[in-house]
Amino acid sequence: MQNIRNFSIIAHIDHGKSTLADRLIQATIMVPERLLKSQMLDTMELERERGITIKSNTITLPYRARDGKEYALNLIDTPGHVDFSYEVSRALASCEGVLLLVDASQGVEAQTLANLYLALEHNLAIIPVINKIDLPQADVPGVKEQIRRELGLDADSAILCSAKEGIGIAEVLEAIVSRIPPPRGKLEGPLTALIFDAAYDPYRGTVVSCRVFDGRVRPGDNIRLMSSGTTYKVEEAGFFRLTREPHRELTAGQVGYLIAGIKTVSDVRIGDTITLENNPAKEPLPGFTEVKPVVFASIYPVSADDYGALADALEKYKLNDASLVYQKDASAALGQGFRCGFLGLLHLEIVQERLAREFGQSLIMTVPGVRYEFTLTDGQVLAVDNPQHYPDPTKIRSTAEPFIKASIIVPERYVGAVLKLCLERRGVNPYFGNPSFGRVELSFEMPLAEVIIDFYDRLKSITQGYGSFDYDLIGYRASELVKLDILVNGERVDALGMIVHKDRARDWAVRVCERLKEEIPRQQFKIAIQGAIGGKIIARETISAFRKDVTAKCYGGDITRKRKLLEKQKAGKKRMKMVGAVEIPQSAFVAVLRTDKE
Amino acid sequence: MTIHVDDAAGLYVHVPFCLRKCPYCDFASETDLALVPDWLRAIKREMGFYRDFGPRFDTLYLGGGTPSLLAADELASLLDALEDHFAFSPDTESTLEANPDDLTPQILRSYRELGINRLSLGVQSFDDRELAFLGRRHDAAQSRRAPAWAREAGFANLGIDLIYGLPGQTIEQWQRNLEAALGFGPEHLSCYQLTLEAGTPLARRQGKGQFQRLSEEAEREFFLFTSRFLEEAGYLHYEISNFARGSENRSRHNRKYWNHTPYLGLGPAAHSFRDGRRWWNHRSLKDYCQTLRAGEAPVAGEEILTPEQTRLEALYLGLRTREGVDLNVLLKAQRGKIGLQEMVKAGLAKVRDNRLIPTREGLVVADRLALGFMD
Repeated sequence: MQNIRNFSIIAHIDHGKSTLADRLIQATIMVPERLLKSQMLDTMELERERGITIKSNTITLPYRARDGKEYALNLIDTPGHVDFSYEVSRALASCEGVLLLVDASQGVEAQTLANLYLALEHNLAIIPVINKIDLPQADVPGVKEQIRRELGLDADSAILCSAKEGIGIAEVLEAIVSRIPPPRGKLEGPLTALIFDAAYDPYRGTVVSCRVFDGRVRPGDNIRLMSSGTTYKVEEAGFFRLTREPHRELTAGQVGYLIAGIKTVSDVRIGDTITLENNPAKEPLPGFTEVKPVVFASIYPVSADDYGALADALEKYKLNDASLVYQKDASAALGQGFRCGFLGLLHLEIVQERLAREFGQSLIMTVPGVRYEFTLTDGQVLAVDNPQHYPDPTKIRSTAEPFIKASIIVPERYVGAVLKLCLERRGVNPYFGNPSFGRVELSFEMPLAEVIIDFYDRLKSITQGYGSFDYDLIGYRASELVKLDILVNGERVDALGMIVHKDRARDWAVRVCERLKEEIPRQQFKIAIQGAIGGKIIARETISAFRKDVTAKCYGGDITRKRKLLEKQKAGKKRMKMVGAVEIPQSAFVAVLRTDKE
Repeated sequence: MTIHVDDAAGLYVHVPFCLRKCPYCDFASETDLALVPDWLRAIKREMGFYRDFGPRFDTLYLGGGTPSLLAADELASLLDALEDHFAFSPDTESTLEANPDDLTPQILRSYRELGINRLSLGVQSFDDRELAFLGRRHDAAQSRRAPAWAREAGFANLGIDLIYGLPGQTIEQWQRNLEAALGFGPEHLSCYQLTLEAGTPLARRQGKGQFQRLSEEAEREFFLFTSRFLEEAGYLHYEISNFARGSENRSRHNRKYWNHTPYLGLGPAAHSFRDGRRWWNHRSLKDYCQTLRAGEAPVAGEEILTPEQTRLEALYLGLRTREGVDLNVLLKAQRGKIGLQEMVKAGLAKVRDNRLIPTREGLVVADRLALGFMD
């Protein structure tokens, strides 16, 4: 155990986490040339493209330190986004230390702080690493000052590195050995192992990533997952190298994997404790919570014929992403679809993109919302995450919605704009920290619903990319909610309905009506687009009718030309959704979600 | 479905020559009249490829371009060759398109003698300023003289073509044009709303802001006015841009295009149709003549209509005419019934004798109507 180090790299997005991981791998493992590609831990195409880590991967690095001893350095990769903060916390619970990576040109950002707090909660050894020191705009003394003042860490011990150029990698490896303590645990005694990740292998079923705290586990053992109570027989145990490497056992302090005939990742809960059936631990490891989705949206196939294919795709997708929840949903305008629950907005985007990319699904997604709480006059409390299930307004006694604590770090000159944005989004109880010269930390309590639609994009745009953002859910608060209906020619378009705060209803209604007006083509009759609460119209746009639309001449060669035009229009119609007599292009449903062009 | 396979076919001859190009016209025409003999030789060769097209034709339409640019002997030679190659019904409708400024009483008499029994006059306007805007060669006096001479020459079937909806034109100005035309009691009137075709000098001038096109609302008003005014004057508004004094005066030839009757088109850019196949000739006179010199048919392309395409054409072409569309054609579409109800409810069409007939308000948006019946 003395020769094991379990660690993670934590960083704000784009600060170079994956590049550093690549360098550590290259420095310790002979990577075959053909496997040399950047972001080695990021196996998904989408991860490489966006430069983010969606699914975490773990790898054991063999390292001979300057003391001459051989060490096993277990790098536990973490997803790099706030949506997956629970998964991050479980990964950190499996470590004894972290490399806290800060970009020498960007400095400390919102997620740097959030991640640091997580690491501190787990009493981890923290090694500050200043990355990208080769960049011309690198400001090492400034970043050191931020590390000292904003993070309260010893900046003199920070390692200077450029993962891209391979500078400082040896120092990082040596620091992992010397500054992160070895794991502690009892080899004998009941097994406790923390599940921090699970991945689906089409041939082997679920591969569980775990950190053993006490005891040992080997193939043939009957294991029990303590919170779910299910039992399995271990088929294979081993370590993560460039590929999975089977081993006769996993013992206290080690990080590795188990394969135990578990069918889908949804059968495993991240944070659960594995113990032995015949010698169970008394208590599970602390910190287990069930992750619940917080953002909801419905997805529909573009063509109703593809409903079956979408159902299959979701089922397959879910094999590898237990955090997505979904159930059947139906809309008069869009047909059969699914109501999905996501961990956050990025998660939503990832699911949408992976369904499109890996499963070839063309989707229409409705406006995302959150889960609202309605207390009815009879005392019953309803949780509603689908506007279609909005209760009878006469029976509602009170309403509540989830709030977050938003934390934003921006250069001083943007404070006014950010303040305005947050106030517009119903931010309350502002707090201003002045962590270091020229920068301000703003924190607000805000409804979650206000940040899930184009908040982050707007923040980025008003701060010219300098604003960083992180949030924590802080519970439900009373809020005056209404159901906003969108009517097209008097017909309610159920897929466009949403639950919204009463003070924000008009803005939304106007925005949706304007977008629809841009997207719905003119037809033979005038089309009214209205936003309504109950029977009250609060916004209105009109699409004028075609007044004249006829080709003057239609002889010989005109006939084919005109038919081809109609064939094209007919193909376009296939992508239209009928609401009453009005054809609404699918682009209209997408346009409603589009970021404001300002 | 109305496919008139047993009906007599139509014969179209494209005379691609113009003395100069009108600024609103997007047709490839030839201004070098020295090429007329080449064209005539070529078209006679082309006739050889279609001896079996018949069995017989009951319309002949000489269109252009400007057929009235042909000299009397050229025209005679053309007509002789046609007689040699094809069989015509005794009552064949033989139309010639003519520009007012090409005509004299004597020329008109020669047309009669050559068997032309229907004259389509490209009058366009009876107003000098409008004619200048349209870049026409003739003036208002010639506009008035030509139909009078045509009558004197004995043309009992006279058609007058007019263009309306010019920038700045008022309904009253347009009405004066119509009244002038009606003064000759024409059997047929074609009234074309000015269309700014992409790439034409007129469209370019509009693009540069030299004049403003009519608003959609004004275009609608002009269209509806024309229809109402001419119907009140006893004309049948039988197609978007065509009016006839009684249904017997509808253009027999043009109707073949609209109901899938076979027709043969000779000359550059001409289109032909038979048994679900449509083909078309090289557009440029040069390519057209060259191919024929090489002993090949001058066909540039063809399409074979699928049943769905045939249905679509029947639908949209039918909805451009007051004959409308057979309900059986409509109801083949899943949307047929809903579309029909919507259209009738909106006052765009009426059902009569198991056919859906567009109303005047329907005709003005005819390009949209067919879409309502497509799944």
